[in-house]
Amino acid sequence: MDCDKKYSELYVNGETYKTKICRKFAEKPVWEAEDLGKITAFIPGTIREIMVKKGQKVEKGEVLLILEAMKMRNRVKAQISGKIKTIHVKSNQIVAKNTLLIELI
Amino acid sequence: MGLKGTVGDLFKKREKLEQGGGEKAVEKQKQMGKMTARERVLSLLDEGTFQEYDLFIAHDAKDFGMEKKELPGDGVITGTGKIAGKPICIYAQDFTVAGGSLGYMHAKKITKIMDHAIKMRVPLIGINDSGGARVQEGVNSLAGYGEIFYRNTKASGVIPQISVILGPCAGGAVYSPALTDFVFVVDNISKMFITGPQVIKTVLGEEISMEELGGAKIHSEITGNAHFFSKSEQECFSQIKELVTYIPWNNTRRALPYTPAEPKSFFDLDKIVPEDSKEPYDVRDVIRGVSDNSEFMEIQELWAANLVIGFGRINGETVGFVANQPDVLAGVLDVDSSDKAARFIRFCDAFNIPIITLVDLPGYLPGIDQEYAGVIRHGAKVLYAYSEATVPKITVILRKAYGGGYIAMNSRHLGADFVFAWPNAEIAVMGPEGAANIIFRKEIAEASDPEKMRQQKIEEYKQKFANPYVAAGKGYIDAVIAPNETRKFLSHAIDVSINKHEPKPERKHGIPPF
Repeated sequence: MDCDKKYSELYVNGETYKTKICRKFAEKPVWEAEDLGKITAFIPGTIREIMVKKGQKVEKGEVLLILEAMKMRNRVKAQISGKIKTIHVKSNQIVAKNTLLIELI
Repeated sequence: MGLKGTVGDLFKKREKLEQGGGEKAVEKQKQMGKMTARERVLSLLDEGTFQEYDLFIAHDAKDFGMEKKELPGDGVITGTGKIAGKPICIYAQDFTVAGGSLGYMHAKKITKIMDHAIKMRVPLIGINDSGGARVQEGVNSLAGYGEIFYRNTKASGVIPQISVILGPCAGGAVYSPALTDFVFVVDNISKMFITGPQVIKTVLGEEISMEELGGAKIHSEITGNAHFFSKSEQECFSQIKELVTYIPWNNTRRALPYTPAEPKSFFDLDKIVPEDSKEPYDVRDVIRGVSDNSEFMEIQELWAANLVIGFGRINGETVGFVANQPDVLAGVLDVDSSDKAARFIRFCDAFNIPIITLVDLPGYLPGIDQEYAGVIRHGAKVLYAYSEATVPKITVILRKAYGGGYIAMNSRHLGADFVFAWPNAEIAVMGPEGAANIIFRKEIAEASDPEKMRQQKIEEYKQKFANPYVAAGKGYIDAVIAPNETRKFLSHAIDVSINKHEPKPERKHGIPPF
């Protein structure tokens, strides 16, 4: 069994219990509040085209780049209006899911 | 040619077909550490009981050079036989014949034996070892899969269905096992996934091995798709033979009773559960403390280990155990353990197996990941499954039963027939510390020594509520019993429930929170 051999503590509804922790629980993703200025790859794929430049002002909903995945050319849009702070990727670059692509301020 | 000649001719034909894909392919199969389909069927069934049908089936594909190919048995063996004296229907895909690929006639053989199993009301066992659809047969191959899934669904809850994964089982093919009741996997041999590593790499740029993506361990531990894990095919077959002894032939029967046997004295119920409700223990020891001969066949042992399910016997009768496991994640209910419990409860209910629920849990697991994963919908499955079940339902509250967890674990309110509690049981909305902090917040904050006041209030709450007598006073619990009286109460409860009949309102079917 991929559970710990040793006991740890687990807090549930006001009480702390002595118990074992298993792999799936230990490896669960840590939740982070969404930062709308940070544009990440929602799917792994290839950057086909970048429409914006550093320092450029963009409106909410404007297409920033094309992320090709599963044979679809996905238009990645700005979620807020602002200025392009950093572009982290290049054209034709293959990106994994959740890779940071563009930062807006 | 006289009769003797034709019989000899038959035997020759039979012998040739029984060799499957031929020497080379068989050797390759062996190199992969696998038995042949025929060896599998023969070692699983009682000796001399296998009777094969449709050995002479041949495909009628005409495209892509298929017309020139001879595929013995079209890559699948089907027939009837017995396990532990019980009749069953079986099919085994033969990887040595065109990689066990599923063509239309191959599927026809499978659906024919499935129809037979449904008509004869006997369990169905499917051994999967196939590269997938026979691409040359195109849409006919897809039709074949669809017709298998349709029958799996129609047979669900009528006859027990067992899937054994002894090779690859990929793409659409995985949905037949997923629709059946029990899935057996073997380490390093079983592989199940919708999309294989190659496609994942090309499309998504992520690299992963077959074993890491859909091996036996992954499905036994992470996904919960498999129910029984073993190290070898032989061990897997012993598990299947054992399981068959616990389940009935079909939904109109009860499992065959065994000679009753007392539990082993090693499992002393007076000593297993620590008094302090925050201390862990292995609830399987409690199960072994009440079951005949201390035998317990655990299902999905490695997945969602915070809840234990499986079969045992009380006084010779098969029962299904559902128990919180304080040893792992404090025994909480969460998304996975809710799914695990709900499906098992439905199996027991469909096949007339009484359910014994052992309760010791702090409630549902808190957390953003749980909420986002839909713990509301998944948790509701437990309520649905228990409320809907009409087999004898017996609950023993071993220690804590807090909040929604108390309600969910086959409480009186969901239709339990008998609810027993040990004297140390605490039935309450939450644990004493959490409760005291809420109820006495003001007193604690305003006290000159808040910590002292807090301890005092926790103690006060414990005295008042952390016991079984408040719930017993309302009739929510039928009897408070000593731990070592548990087996006596359980076996009596099962005994007197034998004629239980609970009519249901007429409806097409309910709509469980799938």
